[in-house]
Amino acid sequence: MNTNTAISGTSGDRSQATLELKNVNRGFGDDWSREEIITDFSLTVHPNELTVIVGPSGCGKSTLVNLVAGFDKPDSGEILLDDKPITGPGHDRMVVFQETALMPWQTTRANVVFGPKLRGDRSNADIEAEADQLLDKVGLSDFKDKYPIQLSGGMQRRAELARAMINHPLVMIMDEPFRGLDAMSRELMQEFFVRLFEENRRTNLFVTSEIEEAIFLADRVVVLSNRPTSVRQIIDIKLPRPRDFHMLSSTEAYEYKREAMELLHEEALKSFKRKGDQSELVEAFDKRSE
Amino acid sequence: MSEAAQDTGTAHGSHSSGETTAPKKRSKLSKALTSDTFWRGIVSLIGFVVFWEVCSQMKNWTGVEVPWIGKVPPPTEVVAAWSEIFWYKGYWESWYLSTARVFAGFLMAMIVGIPFGLCLAVNKYFYDIFFPPFEILRPIPPLAWVPASIVFWPTTEMSIAFVTFLGAFFTIVINVLGGARTIDIRYLRVAQSMGATQWDLFWKIILPGTLPSIFTGAAVGMGITWEVVLAGEMLSGGGQQGGGGLGFFIWSSYMGGTVAQVIVGMISIGIAGYLSSTFIRYLGSISMPWRKLF
Amino acid sequence: MDGQNQTGAKGAISIRNVTKIYDPEGVNVMAVDDCSLEIAAGEVCMVVGPSGCGKTTLLNSIAGFHSITKGEILLDGEMLCGPGNPKAEQGADRMVVFQHGALFPWMTLGDNVAYGPIVQETMTKAEAKEKAGHMLAEAGLGDVAEKFPGEVSSGMARRAEIVRALINDPKVLLLDEPYRAMDALTKSIMHESLLEVYDRTRVTIFFITHDLEEAIFLGDRVIVMTTRPARTKKIVNVDIPRPRDYTTLTSEKFRQLVEEAKDAVHEEAIKAFEAGERELA
Repeated sequence: MNTNTAISGTSGDRSQATLELKNVNRGFGDDWSREEIITDFSLTVHPNELTVIVGPSGCGKSTLVNLVAGFDKPDSGEILLDDKPITGPGHDRMVVFQETALMPWQTTRANVVFGPKLRGDRSNADIEAEADQLLDKVGLSDFKDKYPIQLSGGMQRRAELARAMINHPLVMIMDEPFRGLDAMSRELMQEFFVRLFEENRRTNLFVTSEIEEAIFLADRVVVLSNRPTSVRQIIDIKLPRPRDFHMLSSTEAYEYKREAMELLHEEALKSFKRKGDQSELVEAFDKRSE
Repeated sequence: MSEAAQDTGTAHGSHSSGETTAPKKRSKLSKALTSDTFWRGIVSLIGFVVFWEVCSQMKNWTGVEVPWIGKVPPPTEVVAAWSEIFWYKGYWESWYLSTARVFAGFLMAMIVGIPFGLCLAVNKYFYDIFFPPFEILRPIPPLAWVPASIVFWPTTEMSIAFVTFLGAFFTIVINVLGGARTIDIRYLRVAQSMGATQWDLFWKIILPGTLPSIFTGAAVGMGITWEVVLAGEMLSGGGQQGGGGLGFFIWSSYMGGTVAQVIVGMISIGIAGYLSSTFIRYLGSISMPWRKLF
Repeated sequence: MDGQNQTGAKGAISIRNVTKIYDPEGVNVMAVDDCSLEIAAGEVCMVVGPSGCGKTTLLNSIAGFHSITKGEILLDGEMLCGPGNPKAEQGADRMVVFQHGALFPWMTLGDNVAYGPIVQETMTKAEAKEKAGHMLAEAGLGDVAEKFPGEVSSGMARRAEIVRALINDPKVLLLDEPYRAMDALTKSIMHESLLEVYDRTRVTIFFITHDLEEAIFLGDRVIVMTTRPARTKKIVNVDIPRPRDYTTLTSEKFRQLVEEAKDAVHEEAIKAFEAGERELA
């Protein structure tokens, strides 16, 4: 396991991109059934720091991810990557999805080389070499030729990370990537991810519904308000790096947690109470819009 | 470990198919041969044959005829009839003719049906235009097409082929369409953000993602083609150009009053159907190695 | 643990030297190794351990789904299983709530809850329905009693499931990672709802989880298990007074308890992880 050994080797360039969301609005439905999902959302994600967005489930986090990834377009407002507006999906922004989105019909390795091979912007030997290096880095050297279904949940997530990193994205968008893992594997994955980040320092947008995860990973925690979603508060996390799991039970971490928890508990209750009425409708629209 | 539990789960699940689809590892074969499921199957088959023999011999032995099954020739007679015609070229020609028809119709259905289904799934305009007539034609049983297709096509052989084709076509298209539509949107998104063109999406995501449904459709379609070919052969009455085939073999045996041969024909079809669906499963397992792991 | 005996609580479980060996295809796998545990009546006993460590085996043995190889399990001094009777009889005195919801999808929540008493013929249909409606209302699910499980959120379904277990008036509630698939925020609301139910009924709870914080928040005692074969590695007594709410989660006492148990859990997580990688390789 690599959680306790330093991960060496570099992967591509260090990105220095700035992601900016300016007054973004997005809603679904028309007229009578219209619901605003995101209103007046403004946020700047700086390079070299890990920005983690926390919000209750069903609050529109996925919509936000879709907007940044370019799968969806805002009704109004702007999303800029290094001052250039985002117009559609592109390999400068890689999404690591919830659960796993590895293609089941390809081996781990084929999944990793999929993107660069598709574009053909590099030589095959180059791609293969980097894939080997990345798979090694995420501890999957022995699992290259296995199919995703043969991997454990944690391995699948690490393979996903490799598949995203090989594209040298300017921004990594993590959409609750460790959701569905049990609490213990999750903890190990968080440690792994934080180490990976500390080495590479990409521009990262990490979305989660777990406060602890957010505090453990983040330089900045962005707490969302519930529907319609906007930035409720930004908490700067000043825990030292490199992080380790002991820090989570430190007094500082508990202070951050208390602060975030109080905000979120209110928001969560809001969404919980509404489950079962109109939010179902919005979920249906969410799905349809995909 | 949950993985371990899954492993044993799939191992059990694949026992039944393990006997049939040419297992790769010896251990799997020997496991299948020693499994309870296998032996229960053998015992049940033997029991069935014995029951059949006793029932149909009852009249000879006691003078009391068992209703229905008493009229059927006993297995010993069937085996005798079989061993006799086993050496006839005509019997094997019937096999060949039916199989050839089935595969011709089936292949055509795959060749036309898969692209058609995929187009329905990916193109909205195509869907809007072609789906309504497709849905109206789909519920018509293939056999209802027989008279019309005799009128359409110059030869009996071609009309049989056409009806066979229809039998598999609708099933395959519906499965492909359903399969392609349920592909996880995230696969498409991942590929899109990596820079996939529409062409890439089609070949690298939609097609492999639909393969499982294609094979499901193919397995069902194969069953239907056998039904249709046999019925077609009986209806066309063999005769001049469209002659032969297992359907005709059964029909002519019936006309000739050799009931044992009718049974031989029926069992032959059972075996042929089984072999062809095994073949489809085998194709499926080699073209979708990842599916074996489920 | 205060007040557990004032109500004359029942449901003390004694697990004595229990060993469970699986024998699939001639390969012995020891799931539980000489595990002993005394759970007092009305106690909330939380078991934390990596997946596949054998904690579910323990729960299944109590519920009567699995046999045990050695040792004995007693409920209120009566033997459930032990020498001569390796498999406990299943009974309504021990209700299980599973990780993935097991509500019947073809019945409304109300009918789901009323189902147990009706099939056991302890109540008439009308009585059972009335009681079900009453209990659902108590759990804040009165409005959705007539909905089907597919129509409500997973949190509501899981709460209804606990109500369905409780209507049988069990001595013990066996929970097998009931909130595993939920996000932390929904989970925290589920926790409060479970604690509220517990404060009302004082039923003995045997709760399996991966999540240390969940364990400390809910439990009177937290048992940290080793990875397979399961043995008790560490026992943490949670002396945080009840009732607890989400502010407990950020209290100093809570933090200390997490700190105390964290290393033990982390160590086992890594061991289990490495074993898992080896097994798959």
